[in-house]
Amino acid sequence: MTATASKTETKTMTMVAAINDALDLALAADDAVHIFGEDVGVMGGVFRATDGLQAKYGVDRVFDTPLAEAAIVGMGIGMGLAGLKPVAEIQFAGFLYPALDQVLSHLGRYRHRTRSRYHLPMVVRAPYGGGVHTPEQHADSPEAILAHTPGIKVVIPSTPADAKGLLLSAINDPDPVFFFEAIKLYRSVKEDVPVGDYRIPLGQARVVTEGDDVTVICYGGMVEVAQKAAAAAQSAGIGVEVIDLRTLVPLDTDTILASVQKTGRAVVVTEAPRTGGFHSEISAVIAEEAIEFLRAPIVRVTGFDAPYPPFTAVEDVYRPNAVRVAKAIKSVMGY
Amino acid sequence: MTRSTAQPKQTRAKPSKAKPQTEATPTDAAFDAAAAAYEQAGDMFQLITPDGTVTGAGELPDPETRLRLYHQMRRARHFDERGWVLYRQGRLGVFPPFGGMEASQVGTAAALSADDWLFPTYRDTGAALTLGLPIARTLAYWRTSPHGWAMPENLKVLPFYIPIATQYPHAVGAALAEKRKGTKNVAMAYIGDGGSSEGDFHEALNFAGALEAPCVFILQNNGWAISVPTRTQTKATNLSRRAEGYGIPGVRVDGNDVLATYHVTREAVERARRGEGPTLIETVTYRVKPHTVADDPSRYRTDADNEGWDAKDPVLRLRTHLLSEGIMTEESEAALLKEVADEFEAALQEADAYPDPEPAEILDHVFAEPTPQLRRQREQILSEEKA
Ligand SMILES: Cc1ncc(C[n+]2csc(CCOP(=O)(O)OP(=O)(O)O)c2C)c(N)n1
Repeated sequence: MTATASKTETKTMTMVAAINDALDLALAADDAVHIFGEDVGVMGGVFRATDGLQAKYGVDRVFDTPLAEAAIVGMGIGMGLAGLKPVAEIQFAGFLYPALDQVLSHLGRYRHRTRSRYHLPMVVRAPYGGGVHTPEQHADSPEAILAHTPGIKVVIPSTPADAKGLLLSAINDPDPVFFFEAIKLYRSVKEDVPVGDYRIPLGQARVVTEGDDVTVICYGGMVEVAQKAAAAAQSAGIGVEVIDLRTLVPLDTDTILASVQKTGRAVVVTEAPRTGGFHSEISAVIAEEAIEFLRAPIVRVTGFDAPYPPFTAVEDVYRPNAVRVAKAIKSVMGY
Repeated sequence: MTRSTAQPKQTRAKPSKAKPQTEATPTDAAFDAAAAAYEQAGDMFQLITPDGTVTGAGELPDPETRLRLYHQMRRARHFDERGWVLYRQGRLGVFPPFGGMEASQVGTAAALSADDWLFPTYRDTGAALTLGLPIARTLAYWRTSPHGWAMPENLKVLPFYIPIATQYPHAVGAALAEKRKGTKNVAMAYIGDGGSSEGDFHEALNFAGALEAPCVFILQNNGWAISVPTRTQTKATNLSRRAEGYGIPGVRVDGNDVLATYHVTREAVERARRGEGPTLIETVTYRVKPHTVADDPSRYRTDADNEGWDAKDPVLRLRTHLLSEGIMTEESEAALLKEVADEFEAALQEADAYPDPEPAEILDHVFAEPTPQLRRQREQILSEEKA
């Protein structure tokens, strides 16, 4: 997908800059787009993703709300019903929980409960994930809760160009989209990002590296971890195909299955807790659809069944790193 | 305790000298003085003005108590000031400062006794220290060490709440439990002006009123929720009035006057102990410092916003009062400050001696008995450690 980038004019950007660029373009293109949330206006967001947008588009289009997540999502639902395109920010994914009633009771099922008389073209952006030593509850990965909620799309980019292209698709999608942004990646990577309107369709995974021996399936903050592990394995002569899902809903099962059919081995990586995570869904899809191709059991590399530890000294034990992924690769090779 | 003259018909917290609106014959000098004080303080209860003058709006606590409150404010301020230095040295993690809000935190927490409950937010280090949370544990918490999570057995103080407003319903439940058990203990919970926009805040106030829970709700209005000023947060200009909607008394107090915060909180605590239900107290104060030590407030506020607040410094205000009343001398203050500094350094040494957690500790305390999954995950961590 990003291959098209070489044909167009590009600009080197961090992920947070690419997100800002996408929001800027969306606001410019469509008066219906409104951005709101805690600290997104004057301050430009705690991570600066909305920096400068209020100054450019005014306080009616980009505004600070009171501190109340249920009302942020609930109000967005009303805006969406009435024809606007709400783009809400939840300051950290771990603070989405007060809004879950609105998400689970309404956001996901409005189209269904009105037989498409109404639909909700709403985007909820939320920084998520660990690796940057945040306080309690700032590093949660609640994507499986959303993916398990019918009617909601879930997008998790891992690169600046993807973030821009996916966010523009999300804002222009007729249905509600949760857009999770890995805090760790906001400023740690830079790459060439196409200038102007640039879209990546939802539901298309990206093959990050090609290889014949093992498929590593991951998304968001885990992609760079998987890439490091793949590079290490590669130097030991193991061909690793890293697949970045980019969207969990819709899920690109074709890309996953084609790869597993080729390699016969699958490692699934997330930083969410182990039990009931989205990684388990991916494992089930592979088991159902491609078991006869498997040469080893599917291995999951995940966080643990404990709250994400805010203890700096041991945070890195919880969050999968390249060593753990490499070990999983070795184990499926040695089965 | 909104101004009596403006709201003659409101039913409010039960009588005291400080609440002249409930007095039968509001003609005496105390009333006039109180009314004048309300006027001057802009609708809020105050016992001493920023320059140390006694307003006469109510009785001052005895000199010993005033000195104790000063001591507690100095302990809190010392923590805040040393905390900044330790943060810059990399010896403390990111923490939310509370300097300038000592009267709001110390005066309210000092009204509790050790059997009462305290539900603090991340910004309420000063309140937790006042109730008795050891300095070493508090340092450990902000060092992101699990030693800061282990709450002392002799206190009913909860770890600092990170999610906003969630503690308010907890306080209602704890208060109700004390009531069911037949104790006189109360529960006190803190929240910010921003937090009072959350649904949990309103639901808790409603529950507490309906169930007559012995709760004291402290709403610290420090003017800001990160970058959002209170005027953007809400159209309401007097947050204590929110109590009216739930049928409970609301009190507005100068949050930089520790004698005033102590006074009104003690009354609310006593009301709760008498079985008369919850009270909401709005302490009007200011977050002089950034949201956290890592925040840059120049992005959202100007020097003009801060203007005047240094002159309202809660610690200096009581200091002026104590010196002028002869309750404290420069010499006795020097001894007090040394005691405070020594106590902190000893606690810092204690905190320095806490060992780092073992990797497998991240799986501790999830359940009373680890599940088979957690056992397996522990084995995984241990084997990875060996490798
Ligand atoms: C549910 C939830 N939403 C958002 C946040 C992020 N956050 C942390 S502090 C804060 C502002 C709180 O302001 P206020 O309640 O006025 O308290 P103050 O920090 O001023 O003491 C926000 C939005 C959070 N911790 N929890």
